[in-house]
Amino acid sequence: MNATRRGFLKTTAGLVVGFYLPGRGEVAAQGTAVTTQRVNAWVRIGTDDSVTLMIHKSEMGQGTVTSLSQLLAEELECDWKKIRTEFPGIDPAFGLQGVFGSQSIRTGWGPLRNAGAQAREMLLQAAAQRWGIGKSLCRASDGVISNTANGEKLTFGKVADAASKLTPPTGLTLKNPGQYKLIGKSMKRLDTPDKVTGRTKFGIDVRVPGMVYAAIARCPVAGGKVASFDATKAKAIAGVRDAVQISNGIAVIADNTWAAFAGAKALEIKWDEGPNAAFNTPAIRKAFTEQTLLPGASARRQGNGAAALDTAGKKIDAVYEAPFLAHAPMEPLNCVAHVRPDGCDVWASTQMQTGISGIALQLTGLRPDQITIHTQYLGGGFGRRAGTDYAREAIELAKIVKVPVKVTWSREHDLQNGIYRPASVTRFAGGLDAEGWPLVLTANIACPPMGGSGSFGGGRGGGVDSTSVEGIADLRYAIPHMQVDYHSVTGGVPTTYWRAVGYTQNTFFGESFLDEMAVAGGKDPVDVRRRLLADVPRLLGVLNLAAEKAGWGKPLPAGHHQGIAVVNNIGSYTAQVAEVSVTGGKLKVHRVVCATDCGQVINPAIVEQQIRSAIVFGLSAALKGEITIDGGRVQQSNFHQYDVVRMDEAPAVEVHIVPSTEAPGGMGEAGVPTIAPAVCNAIFRATGKRIRRLPIQGQELA
Amino acid sequence: MATIRFTLNGKPQAVDVSPDLPLLWVLRDALGLTGTKFGCGMAICGACTVHVNGTAVRSCSMQAAAIADKNVVTIEGLSADGSHPVQKAWIEKDVPQCGYCQSGQIMGAAALLAKNARPSDADIDEVMKFYICRCGTYQDIRSAIHRAAELQANGGVK
Ligand code: FES
Ligand code: FES
Repeated sequence: MNATRRGFLKTTAGLVVGFYLPGRGEVAAQGTAVTTQRVNAWVRIGTDDSVTLMIHKSEMGQGTVTSLSQLLAEELECDWKKIRTEFPGIDPAFGLQGVFGSQSIRTGWGPLRNAGAQAREMLLQAAAQRWGIGKSLCRASDGVISNTANGEKLTFGKVADAASKLTPPTGLTLKNPGQYKLIGKSMKRLDTPDKVTGRTKFGIDVRVPGMVYAAIARCPVAGGKVASFDATKAKAIAGVRDAVQISNGIAVIADNTWAAFAGAKALEIKWDEGPNAAFNTPAIRKAFTEQTLLPGASARRQGNGAAALDTAGKKIDAVYEAPFLAHAPMEPLNCVAHVRPDGCDVWASTQMQTGISGIALQLTGLRPDQITIHTQYLGGGFGRRAGTDYAREAIELAKIVKVPVKVTWSREHDLQNGIYRPASVTRFAGGLDAEGWPLVLTANIACPPMGGSGSFGGGRGGGVDSTSVEGIADLRYAIPHMQVDYHSVTGGVPTTYWRAVGYTQNTFFGESFLDEMAVAGGKDPVDVRRRLLADVPRLLGVLNLAAEKAGWGKPLPAGHHQGIAVVNNIGSYTAQVAEVSVTGGKLKVHRVVCATDCGQVINPAIVEQQIRSAIVFGLSAALKGEITIDGGRVQQSNFHQYDVVRMDEAPAVEVHIVPSTEAPGGMGEAGVPTIAPAVCNAIFRATGKRIRRLPIQGQELA
Repeated sequence: MATIRFTLNGKPQAVDVSPDLPLLWVLRDALGLTGTKFGCGMAICGACTVHVNGTAVRSCSMQAAAIADKNVVTIEGLSADGSHPVQKAWIEKDVPQCGYCQSGQIMGAAALLAKNARPSDADIDEVMKFYICRCGTYQDIRSAIHRAAELQANGGVK
């Protein structure tokens, strides 16, 4: 796994086929391959019959490695059991490398199958030449080429060297769905055996000879700086070697992680806290809410917009709120860096290899070919590891200490010095026509930008951060008049992507308010959605499937109530029905039925796993997730104050996948947005109480 | 510094560490056994779970001095080759996603099954609700524990 790209290409006995995996923003239309001469991924068929896929994707739990291997093997016709994956050291010339927006399968779909087909055809050609027959008489299957004329056989490895002398063919016709042998099958995950024996190496597990351990005390207020510090007490701790100032705080160098943590805690630091110390949650909520009374930047105008409210028969309005959230991946952030006069190595579990390599270039002044980023397995990312702050500080520190250094974040550092899913407030108004159907919807959104300013992610146009309004501005409902306004606001803490980005809060807002409109019009929430989605067949399809499988409208166990929500994000379509009870003010989510249409499914078991995962993740936020600010400081320090859903609170999840041969949509984020509104819509049915602010915990449910 | 002697994964082990260094860091940093994970450092998440004299223990919150002469088993020593019934069931059900919490989950589940060979859903929840998985593998863990119980009944623990 630490093999560098250069090493990989040098050791090549056998056949190597290079190809290009487009980055975010390069997938013009869904599934369209990008034509280019650039190469950033390789497949090698070794003379020992091994098949190695070398890709710049990260594995953070979504089964990416397995699914991408299935795409390759489908066309290559290799022996599935012989595929290995390596993450190359990265080269800045590759363009943006990273894993976010659930895009690995979407970008890999065309190129990986094509690379597999190219390699297969070259192997077939080499075998045909060896036998002196036409290529059409040769067949590849399970890593073996057969001569259909006389039954002779050669393994891939036997002709790999000869194949490497041939020119890769172009214009190949790929299999049609009816011919798939691996795509669509629940192949076992390739990464499981190492993950049940403790062998998988995550970033935090990296050990380099001569390595020292470090922890960093960062300012509790974002953007604050060290005014002065005294490390006497820290240095008195057994195992602490030194304390040094870097740009974002004081780093304690030690013989082990524990001593580094203890040393960082024992430092006496005077901070120059800066302007963000003025922020606190009540004032942030008030300021955001007031913003939504003013006209904002236009994110959507349709029909007569807000003016149509005057023509509506019945009008309702509501204000919705969501808090800041931390990502809290199980593996705390960490990074190992080694900076030498002639080179820089960085080991990180990261979603953002390109960003880190750029920072290394900038901080070290070395040449691109002297920098190697070693991607490790990620113990969860959820968007946090698309940041680069943890690598920047490690590289900066490594320059000072001159030996390899591992910086580990404590859970307290992770929660309190983080980059957060923004808090936001949205004010809605809705109007119904004479028959009670939705006629007009307006939304006024106040939300700190999620990072959609260009570094990675959606662009900004006309003052609108596209990721902060997604989920409302792109609602697919056929409501004749719509108006969406946006205000860029700040809460004094940095903000970024979080699994499912803007949809995490906006789908909760939008799908809850649509439910309110249905109730106001005396309509069934499924009927309203059916009518408004008549021209969006894939969304209508999952709506109907989820309603049917959940038994919508049918009798439920005593005290049980259902709520529904739908979303179209990352190229997938998802509907969820949540079944809840509220007894003595106590909420229980019993069951969630999820229907999803994510185009061509590569691995159904992985899709189902991702949906179950997304539901627990989204439910944790809906029920309990909240980061609050006081004096610019995050008040939650560890899981006792930032709790997540546990096994006894996890609902039974049923997943129904719509068969499809459309280009694959993303999966990692598809299941997150709808769980909060489905649960809250069910709570309304159970209690008559409308939840307009998350988390649910702490609110009266009577 | 003190020399602590104990049994680690079936072999005698001696280590020179500060006596208050938590077992988690003895394993990970002093001895290089990185299968045991750090998640919270406060005995909340379970990622650091190992067996000490057969009992599931949160190694982040047990000092090195307390393991003197004890028998410590980590994920690396649960079986020689991934053949413990819990590991087999985990593979069969493809439980892990990112996998980071799974060493702790597996050690917790193995300790549970050693005490209760046929746990009910409620028995499982009662123990495993103290193990956090941010990837939300709970449903898969529960079904894998039932499967491990079957495997254990049919073949015994290795
Ligand atoms: S690290 Fe020990 S319980 Fe979380
Ligand atoms: S598998 Fe990722 S935290 Fe449990």
